[in-house]
Amino acid sequence: MTTILLAFLVLSVLTPALTRVLSTRVFYLIALLPAAAFVVTLTQTATVTQGGSVTESVPWIPQLGVALSFRVDTLAWLLALVVTGVGALVLLYCARYFDADEPALGRFAACLLAFAGTMYGLVTADDVVVMFMFWEITSVLSYLLIGHYTFRRESRGAALQALIVTTFGGLVMLVGIVMLSVEAGTTSLALLVAHPVTGPVATWAILLILVGAFSKSALVPFHFWLPAAMAAPTPVSAYLHAAAMVKAGIYLVARLAPGYADTEGWMPVLMTIGIWTMLVGAWRSLRQHDLKLVLAYGTVSQLGFIMVVVGFGTRDAALAGVALLLAHALYKAALFLVVGIIDHRAGTRDLRKLSGIGRSDPALAAIALVAVASMAGLPPLLGFVAKEAVFTAFLEAGLHGDGWGWAALAGTAVGSVLTVAYSIRFFHGAFASRTGRAPTALHPSRWDILLAPGLLAVATIVLGPLAGALDPLLAPYADTVPGGGHAHLALWHGFEPALGITAVVLTLGAAMFWRRRRVAALQERVPGTVDAGRGYGLLVRTVDRTAARLTHFAQHGGLPQYLGTILVVFVLALGLAATVNRTWPDTVVLWDYPGQVIIAVIMILAAIAASRSGQRMTAVLLAGVTGYGMVALFAFHGAPDLALTQALVETMTLVVFVLVLRRLPVNVARPQAPLHRRRRALIGILVGLTMGTIAVIALGARQDPSIALDLPRLTLEAHGTNIVNVALVDIRAWDTMGEVSVLIVVATGVASLLFVSGRTETLPRLKGSRTQRSPRNRRRVVADPQASSAGHAVTRQSWLLAGRTIRPADRSILIEVIVRLLFHPAIVVSVFLLFAGHNAPGGGFAGGLLAGLALVARYLAGGRYEIGEAAPIDPGKILGLGVILAVGTAVASLFVTGIPLLSGYASIDVPLLGHLSFGTSTIFDIGVYLVVIGLALDILRSLGSEIDRQSETGEAPPAGSDASATADGAAAAAPGAGPGAEPVPEVVP
Amino acid sequence: MSASLTLVLIMAALYATGVYIMLERSLTRVLIGFVLVGNATNLLIFIMSGRPGSSPIITGTASDADMVDPVPQILMLTAIVINFGITALILALVYRAWWLAQLGDEGDTLTDEHATETASSAEQDFRSSTDDDAAVRASLDASDHDDASDHDDPDDHEDPDDYDHDDGAPARPGNTDAAR
Repeated sequence: MTTILLAFLVLSVLTPALTRVLSTRVFYLIALLPAAAFVVTLTQTATVTQGGSVTESVPWIPQLGVALSFRVDTLAWLLALVVTGVGALVLLYCARYFDADEPALGRFAACLLAFAGTMYGLVTADDVVVMFMFWEITSVLSYLLIGHYTFRRESRGAALQALIVTTFGGLVMLVGIVMLSVEAGTTSLALLVAHPVTGPVATWAILLILVGAFSKSALVPFHFWLPAAMAAPTPVSAYLHAAAMVKAGIYLVARLAPGYADTEGWMPVLMTIGIWTMLVGAWRSLRQHDLKLVLAYGTVSQLGFIMVVVGFGTRDAALAGVALLLAHALYKAALFLVVGIIDHRAGTRDLRKLSGIGRSDPALAAIALVAVASMAGLPPLLGFVAKEAVFTAFLEAGLHGDGWGWAALAGTAVGSVLTVAYSIRFFHGAFASRTGRAPTALHPSRWDILLAPGLLAVATIVLGPLAGALDPLLAPYADTVPGGGHAHLALWHGFEPALGITAVVLTLGAAMFWRRRRVAALQERVPGTVDAGRGYGLLVRTVDRTAARLTHFAQHGGLPQYLGTILVVFVLALGLAATVNRTWPDTVVLWDYPGQVIIAVIMILAAIAASRSGQRMTAVLLAGVTGYGMVALFAFHGAPDLALTQALVETMTLVVFVLVLRRLPVNVARPQAPLHRRRRALIGILVGLTMGTIAVIALGARQDPSIALDLPRLTLEAHGTNIVNVALVDIRAWDTMGEVSVLIVVATGVASLLFVSGRTETLPRLKGSRTQRSPRNRRRVVADPQASSAGHAVTRQSWLLAGRTIRPADRSILIEVIVRLLFHPAIVVSVFLLFAGHNAPGGGFAGGLLAGLALVARYLAGGRYEIGEAAPIDPGKILGLGVILAVGTAVASLFVTGIPLLSGYASIDVPLLGHLSFGTSTIFDIGVYLVVIGLALDILRSLGSEIDRQSETGEAPPAGSDASATADGAAAAAPGAGPGAEPVPEVVP
Repeated sequence: MSASLTLVLIMAALYATGVYIMLERSLTRVLIGFVLVGNATNLLIFIMSGRPGSSPIITGTASDADMVDPVPQILMLTAIVINFGITALILALVYRAWWLAQLGDEGDTLTDEHATETASSAEQDFRSSTDDDAAVRASLDASDHDDASDHDDPDDHEDPDDYDHDDGAPARPGNTDAAR
């Protein structure tokens, strides 16, 4: 069974591609798969008939006791035959129904095939969770199939209605399933039914599951989605909305009935809603002009009917129920396919416009006649056999003192009268000739489109007389219902009361059709009852409107208000929790060391000043002061790694801020009212107080010893002594891996935000710099076109590049020279930090940041060409190499040891650098180092070089007079940087 | 565990000022607030390491005994670098927003995008699904014979009653069968 499901999955995925090659012929190919599944199911007949079952199970989520388990017993066998058999025929029919130029044919074929597979999974699944999974997949596929004509409003609307209604039911059902399986301690349907759970929990669970079944099988009040779903192509209506998907709810009720029919509430709910649905559907069917809608409301009616029968809970009713289910699938699918042919050939399916089709296409009429007669319950067809069995079962129950038996008998008999009436009306409307109306012109069609409905009609005819043979095949299911019974399916039981009921039903139904004008007039006079469809529309609109109003109310005022709302909720929730707190720290000291107070004063003053400053740069610098304050705190507190990293990051952050802010106006526009400002201050202070309280509480809340106690031992095991670094690259390397990924995403994000026209450009390089800067040419004079006319400039060498790229007024030779002298030592130190990190403060992060800062200095001193020359490599490649090293360490270790990120070590003594313990974790750290450099380079290239270029070429279109302001800001903030300037036309003598 | 009130005070001040700045409309200011709140959060984690001690580097000497708790440091080291990355990303966003929106002198101040919105204009966003439902209803009503549209349709002179006029039509086997 898993093999079949897998085949369905694979073929569905391939179908769109196959459709491109085979066009509509693809349906012949994919119809083979459900046909094969049909044959496989047939081979299981022997086992199933003996009351056994074919089972298969693949473990899936053992923690929850959920397994991909499948079980074919009689009920599943019958349903599997129906869904695969009808599925194959419908696919066959599709090959003729659709033209080759049908849009989205591949998607349609794939969805329909996948649906057949899903239905097969649904009916054979034994695990209730797996069953639910298939259940929901059918809802989604039904959505896609109903919405096939994506350009039609009603198609989209109907698809959404069906999805919302069935998934709503599914959700309710899931709650019931979870309750039931937890209560029973098993997720196996077979066990759930064999050992039924009782008690209030079970009652509620079963009622919730019934809601799901009702929504899926389109019972009142959920029935309205089914007629709306007729917007789908007719093969879909025939398969999903007559034979297969709507049977899922009935299947579930039939599955549970043997164990749960005597659950409190089961009978009243099922009987009332089932009978009501049967009457409402049939009544409305009589009013329809669209042949497809006549059938759709008829289907609603019949689904209610079948639900009453399978849910009745006696052995005989169960037998009749499955026979009825089979009969309905056969005749209703056939009728839908017939309507599809009429629609195709006549161009309409309005029975007011059709005339004389019975005469022009007698074969079609014959097929329809068989199906209609079976629907009305005429002998000798399967529909008659099933209906007889139903009446007998209800009669028996009634005679044995079951009041529900009489109610069900009366309800279904009245419903059957209406069924007969609309059956005749359907056939008459579709095929009769009207006086005074020319026969409807029919487009020619190939005979083989009749194959699918024809085979279904043949089955309907054959299974009637063969009902005796069908009986032992279906009886094993009925026998699982407790209470016993002796009924058998047969065409002829002799003159029994049921036969009389059938005769009366048929006569009354025919009379209703005979007096149809009276009936129509009566229908006109009956006031329109509550229409569930309109109710749904109203509900949806109300939800929409409420959502709009609520959104408008809660999200009015932009980002500050959202943030404010979040923060107020935060303060209220955590503040409330803090007030009831009873655990406080044992000791509270005012300060750890006197210097702390000085740092605190500086930091707090800087923060307050930052909040009051109207200038961007000032505020950034003041925020930077708090950052450097953190450095001091860390350094005095015994956290050298933090201090080092924070210092480097803080510097880098300042530079990045400057790079961007040089382009923005100096002053911040602050249109806010003082009242607003006071409110902000209040929120800010409350958040600060709350967080302070929480911090103190958290300090007092520790109960267990710190995990830090183990860290020294683990660090020594990892051949290191710096606990922080070893934890990062070894003990908790997975965290670092995640962090590295974040950095890569950030770097890529920054670059893609700035490089609008594509990221393919490499770093800006000087023309011909590759050859000029090769070691051979290093000492030669640069042929500088701008300097060629001036005598002094000719002697200048390529060591300082800014001369050719930056305006002299923006240059500082002193800084350029110092930066060039310090650059290489800085890189060496960064490498030292990288390798020393294992045993001393440092590591990949610190090293990478230092190298990044060295590059920043080169850029600030020499402009964007300088950075291109300093690191002539695409930052993307550095990032990539870094991540390859980091991931490679993990993967290599996985292959060697079976555990990712397990380190191996080798120690060596290197002159100058000292004792180096070189392990795989060092390789990992090198990866981190490279990623950080890549990030720095990407930021420089984007926020530095690219912004320079945009402002030079005038690509960015800032309006107004901010040019001067920008220049001021840049000059004030980054002396010597001078990006934003153009190359000089002349050289200073 | 014991706490240094000074550290808690710094943290609270950073949170307060950070939140105050974050509630402004200028994106740069929001970012500056974010930096302050980031520092405050780092400090919150840092406070959890308790009183100062020797740095968490194993020396094998007696000073290892009063080593400070390294766990918060491990958490913070990554937090610091990520903070930097996010700051750079937001800065790029600020620049891009400023550039695309052509805000010029207004800098990076984004106007309230909901200022002109009313409850009814918000409802307009849901029109599409309402229209779809209405289309479904219309197509269903078109087939229902007591619908008013039946009588407006010029093609529609034959009401269902019309069936009565064609008695004797040959193709009514379903009917005759049933009647017997």
